[in-house]
This record gives sequence, C-alpha cells and structure tokens, in this order.
Amino acid sequence: MTNLIEIKDVHHAYQTANGPLPVLDGLDLSVPEGEFCAVVGPSGCGKSTLTRLVTGLMKPDSGEVWLHGELVKSPRKTVGMAFQNPVMLEWRTIMQNVMLPLEIVAPSMSKADREKRAMELLELVGLAGFEHKRPSELSGGMRQRASLCRAIVHKPQVLIMDEPFGALDNFTREDLWQTMRDLRAKEPFTCVLITHDLRESVFLGDQVVVLSGRPARTQYVLDVTLPADRTIDVLYEQQAGQMLHTLRDQIRIAQGREETHA
Amino acid sequence: MRKILTPLIAIVVFLLLWEFIVWVNDWPNYVMASPSDLPEAYARFWKLFLVMGWQTLWRTVVGLLIAVVVGTLIGMIMGFSRTARDALYPLLVGFNAVPKATLVPVIALIFIGQHDFNTVLMAFLISFFPIAVSVGIGLSTLEPEYRDILRALGASKMTIFWKIALPKTLPEFFGALKVAVTLAFIGTNLVEIVSPHGRGLGALFKSGETNANYPLMFAVLIALAVLGILLYYAVVALEKIFAGWAERPQS
Repeated sequence: MTNLIEIKDVHHAYQTANGPLPVLDGLDLSVPEGEFCAVVGPSGCGKSTLTRLVTGLMKPDSGEVWLHGELVKSPRKTVGMAFQNPVMLEWRTIMQNVMLPLEIVAPSMSKADREKRAMELLELVGLAGFEHKRPSELSGGMRQRASLCRAIVHKPQVLIMDEPFGALDNFTREDLWQTMRDLRAKEPFTCVLITHDLRESVFLGDQVVVLSGRPARTQYVLDVTLPADRTIDVLYEQQAGQMLHTLRDQIRIAQGREETHA
Repeated sequence: MRKILTPLIAIVVFLLLWEFIVWVNDWPNYVMASPSDLPEAYARFWKLFLVMGWQTLWRTVVGLLIAVVVGTLIGMIMGFSRTARDALYPLLVGFNAVPKATLVPVIALIFIGQHDFNTVLMAFLISFFPIAVSVGIGLSTLEPEYRDILRALGASKMTIFWKIALPKTLPEFFGALKVAVTLAFIGTNLVEIVSPHGRGLGALFKSGETNANYPLMFAVLIALAVLGILLYYAVVALEKIFAGWAERPQS
C-alpha cells in the first residue's frame, strides 16, 4: 500500500521578536490512502503548523512533505480543510457556502451539477431542508456539518481538519463523529484530524499519532484495531479503554510530566 | 407604518418645540426664524430652491462617488500591505485633521473659476477618509481561516478578494458610507458658502445673509437637512440590498 501523505523529518521554526521559535523538530508522519490519521499532542505543540504544511500553505525550513507521490510546494486543489471555526460566509446560503470550493476547483461545472453535488452531501449530514438558510440561522453543530460538506464537496484526496469539533458540546460532538464515520463510508478520502480529544481520536482514527511537546516530533503511533463501523458504545469497552489509557500516558510524557499518581 | 410614523412624529415635535422657544422668547424673525416663517420663504423662492438644491445634490453625489472609488482603493492598499498601512495612516489622519475650510481658498486659487470641479473636489476630500479607514480595517482584520479555505485550493489573491474579503467588508463599508454622506454635504456647502459663485444652496444661504432674510437662511438649512436625510436613506436602501445579510433578526 502506498502512503498518500508522507512527512519526512520536518523541522520548522517561526521567526519571532525574541529569535526563532522552533515548533517542529523531526516530525514524521505517513498516512496510507484512505486511512484516517488522528494527531494528538499537548497544547501549542505545533499541530496547526502541521495542517498548514500538508495543505501547502507553508513551507517547512527543512524536511519533505509528499502528497500522492508529489513534493508539496504550494497549495493544491486536491485538499479540503475544516477548522474549529466553521468559517461560514454569512452572505451566502448554506448551499452556496458548500458550493464555494467548486467555484474555484471546477469553474466549468454547471450550476445545476454543483447544486446537485452540494445537496447530496447536505442530505448525508442531515441538513436537507436547511440549504437555503443563512449560516446565522443555524446552530453551531449544524454550521460545522455544513463546513464538513464544504471541505469535501470537490472530492479532495485529503481532508485536513484542525479541531473541527472542539467548540461543540459533548453530545453534538458525538453526533458529528458518527456523521464523520458515515461520510467516510460513502465518500472515501484520506484524513488528517488534529484534536485534543483522545476519545475522538480513538473513535475516528485508524492510527493515532502522539506528538511531543514543542518543538514537536512524532513520539508515538497507535494503531487503532477497532472495526471500521464502530459505534460510540465501543469507547466504553475494554479494548478502547486500554488504548485511551496508553494515549493518556503518552500525552503525560509529551507534557514532560512523570507519573505522579499513586 | 410604525417605522414611518415614529420619525414623523419626532420631526413634528421638534418643529413645535422650535416654534415654542422662539415664541416664548419673543424673538423677532431677524434674530431667529421660526418654522412658521419657512413656508413663506419656500413659496417665494421655490424655483431657486429647486435649481440650487439640484446643483448641491449632484455635486455632492459626484464627490461621494469619487470618494467611494478612491477611498476603497486606498483602503484596499492599506488592508493588503502592512507597509502601506504604516506609511499612509499618519498622512491620512493628518490630512483629515486639517480643517477643510482652510483648503477652500487654496483650491480656489489652484483651479480658478472651476466652481463645479472645486465643489466636487471638496465633497470628495472631506468624505473619503472614513471609507478608506473602514475598508482598510475590514480587510486587514479578515480572519486567516477565511483566506485559508480558498488559498488552500490554490485560489488567486483577486479571487479571494472578490469572493471573501470584499463581501465581508461590506457592512463596515456601508457604515462608513453613512458618515461620508453627511460629510460630503458639508464639503459641498463649504465651498458654496465660503467661496460664493452663485450656485448651490450655499449660495442661496449667502444671499439670504446679505439681504438679512433670516427665514430664507433657515429655509436653506432645512432644505439641506432634507437632502441629507434623502441621501442617507438611499444608502440605507443600498445597504439592505447588498449587506442585508449582516442584519440579525431582532429577538
């Protein structure tokens, strides 16, 4: 199996007033085609920098980022993005928001086809009937659903998500995990998910990558050996519990804290 | 109905109060005109009001249109380039702080006899500042995520501007335009009054002053206020069309 995303020994530092601030220090990551890679790590460890590297919005100081056998040097049309902030364009309807990437990536596509494609996804995430509403008329969870549709409307090879569910309440978040799982079953894409939520990483991920504290390097990779059509209940069973425990320990190490509990 | 009635009642109350204050103080109309003096002034000079009012109006609107174009351009430059922002801000603020009345003789000397041009120029000079600042701030405070969703797809800067930055800045732009409308009227009348050339409501005001016709002077002021209100609501109507989405439903 080939790796769709291949990140090799990436180093990067931001230039600040107090000199260079290293954020990535030997980051490795490989995600096979169609796999879901969840990335966890302490706050401020450079996870968001990772998303900007994979999307080509930023070039690393050293090291290589490969996407589909090509070295990433600039943004490409085969990537979709979703952020914690759903970034809805308030002057457009939900449907028009979802169609936005198509206007850039497939300008020759007819309006009817664009609408059909957008509608297809909106139905998948349960937003049928809301397509002509403005974003301000929707709840946070619904906006995030629309944002997911927009991220994959142009059938990107890679979907990059930077804490997309971070601002939602727990139940809404679990709903969206299941939406995400269903979307993947219907629309195959390779995915990198940045998250702070270990349960989320285990529920959605095929592999979970733990980054060390800043400057980040790949500290630990966990293979999630759960069935693809997992349900939320799985998280309350022993196998997932052990994985969560392992991840928790790794995070503690990443934070530079020793085992202190008795 | 309520939307029209409420401001109408407010205007009537204002006029009554004005009439009352003049009446209580027993001011003759060569000290302070009262609303009841105005109909006579309008009846006598209505032709002049139409001609002069039109002259004031078109020059204000043209000045305002130029201010929109130039102000937006300056705003764009300041919004996209930090260097331009650092360079232009002190200049703009300094220029805006100069009392525009002092510029009237300067302009009148540079462009002698070009009265229409001078008037339009002043309307423009006085009103472009808020537009430039608001567009500049709107563009420079665009959240990076908004740019990134298009940039990650390889969209050009121009595409990002048309699809995201410009529409997102529209509410601020219209806010500034409302301020600019009234400023532009001040600019037009400044030239018409300080550098009289027999045109516009400002000139009519001046002739009222020369002839000690106080009711006429007040009638001019009211006419100016009416024009200002008209143009303001024209902007509000445009705002409803182009930036109506920014209005939140009231709860």
